[in-house]
Amino acid sequence: MSLDLATVRRIATLARIRVEENELAKLQGELNGILGWIEQLNEVNVEGIEPLTGGAQMALRMRDDVVTDGGYPERVLGNAPERIGDFYAVPKVVE
Amino acid sequence: MLTDLTIAQAQEGLRTGQFTAVELTTAHLAAIDALNPRLNAFLTVSHTQALDRARAADAALAAGAARALTGIPLAIKDLFCTEGVRTTAGSKILQPFVPPYESTVTANLLRDGAVFLGKANMDEFAMGSSNMTSAYGPVENPWKRRQDEDAVLVPGGSSGGSAAAVAARLAMGATGTDTGGSIRQPASFCGLVGVKPSYGRCSRWGVVAFASSLDHPGPFARTVQDSAILLRSMAGFDPKDSTSADRPVPDYEAACKRGVKGLRIGVPREYRSDGMAAEIDTLWQQGVAWLQAAGAEIVDVSLPHTKYGLAAYYIVAPAEASSNLARYDGVRFGLRTDGADLRDLYERTRAAGFGAEVKRRVLIGTYVLSAGYYDAYYLRAQKVRALILRDFTEAFGRVDALLTPTAPSAAFGQGEKMDDPITMYLNDVFTVPANLAGVPAISVPAGLDANGLPLGLQVIGKPFDEETMFAVSAAIEQAAGFAALPTLMAGALPAPRAGAFPVPRAGG
Repeated sequence: MSLDLATVRRIATLARIRVEENELAKLQGELNGILGWIEQLNEVNVEGIEPLTGGAQMALRMRDDVVTDGGYPERVLGNAPERIGDFYAVPKVVE
Repeated sequence: MLTDLTIAQAQEGLRTGQFTAVELTTAHLAAIDALNPRLNAFLTVSHTQALDRARAADAALAAGAARALTGIPLAIKDLFCTEGVRTTAGSKILQPFVPPYESTVTANLLRDGAVFLGKANMDEFAMGSSNMTSAYGPVENPWKRRQDEDAVLVPGGSSGGSAAAVAARLAMGATGTDTGGSIRQPASFCGLVGVKPSYGRCSRWGVVAFASSLDHPGPFARTVQDSAILLRSMAGFDPKDSTSADRPVPDYEAACKRGVKGLRIGVPREYRSDGMAAEIDTLWQQGVAWLQAAGAEIVDVSLPHTKYGLAAYYIVAPAEASSNLARYDGVRFGLRTDGADLRDLYERTRAAGFGAEVKRRVLIGTYVLSAGYYDAYYLRAQKVRALILRDFTEAFGRVDALLTPTAPSAAFGQGEKMDDPITMYLNDVFTVPANLAGVPAISVPAGLDANGLPLGLQVIGKPFDEETMFAVSAAIEQAAGFAALPTLMAGALPAPRAGAFPVPRAGG
């Protein structure tokens, strides 16, 4: 499978990364190079194999559904690029 | 010199009052001040904090309350969140980020009395094998080619700053993270011991996430014993990491002395590729001979899916990265670039904040997870991952550990292997399978190539059997008697060259 320019543009939009028009062709070449190389996986017979999600090889633990942390807005908001009171501030999204 | 001591020797010297923790830390800070402008191994140096901790260590030593790492100066990869100390992950997008919390691994080291000298340079978000993708400039490997001392070599990556710092005697040990080889490959390139423990052994809490199912925190040191001391302190169950293993942490230092008599060591035939460099193959055969002479039995084994490890990795890791890196949106922390609306703000922030390699991987990850392609790419890669684990499980039914080379070459020059992304990816061909399977692996310096550059051998252990891995690597260390030293190190400073400092500094 080879990506056309429209697909590269669509992926960049999905990933929320602005890509300028003059960067698209180079990116397309690099991504197709990587995807072409990855196609070697099609040689492997994976019939009947269960997918492996991780190296942990164990079931995830459950914990009690209770609040264990919080109550310090200054620490939480300390790195915010912009804030209003105890809230993160972003450009207006509702007219 | 104090900077030449191993951690084990420094522990003894502090305990017996031969020198103080303040003297030990001061010696390392002076070495950093002298060499870091050239090496660029540290992005942040914490002079004041380090000396405060050293004074506290001296007080603890005087009170007879010393712990495992009291007064030992370490470098911390800039991927570990450190409370009140800027943590960038080597990325512009985190340039202003000062974590309000401490990662579990670094908190464990602080609990045991360690002194943090500063934060080590790295490939951006740990994506790279040369440290060339750092937003804060490359790191110079303190080792030089014998015939070409002017060539600037890479320290490997992604934990390149950690490796260069320990090799150049700027720190006695360091933390790193290994997602596809990012501890073991730089350890091999810099003549160090580097450990990627079992998945779940060291908590990932507070470590900036790259690929959560593959990320492994671990130590760098100059001896196997030192790496065992560090791992014991870093490891342990952490309820804050849902994949942390609730198992006791053994005495790894004791395991180093076990020897290999009667152990069965597997040599996986698929690691011998057609293009393998002759000196890598020779070193591997030497390693086999050393272990045999020490009483181990050598067994030919097969890991048939080895050659598919890298391709599976380059689907799984970018897929997880595209999800993990979605949090960098310019809203809650890090860099923000304003836009016409919220979506434009996201897109401009991420375009300005991420470097080229990070963007490539996020885009590949987004694509392989997108509707219509998930089964063909991501699901298939997860099945291949299952086959790679099955290969290891079957081999470990017959042997106690595996011996392989760590990397396909010695350190290469800055700017080499940059022509296309895949050339760089091939560095990790021998290290990636252990990440996919979650099994422990270590790189131990075993010899030099024709240019006098270090080469490592890799020992891979059974899940959670780091002890056998340490026993085997200690036997290799003893047989190899690796005593070569890098050109650039504390106390051995050649005159600086004009124009040797192409280093954009991190702000803040």
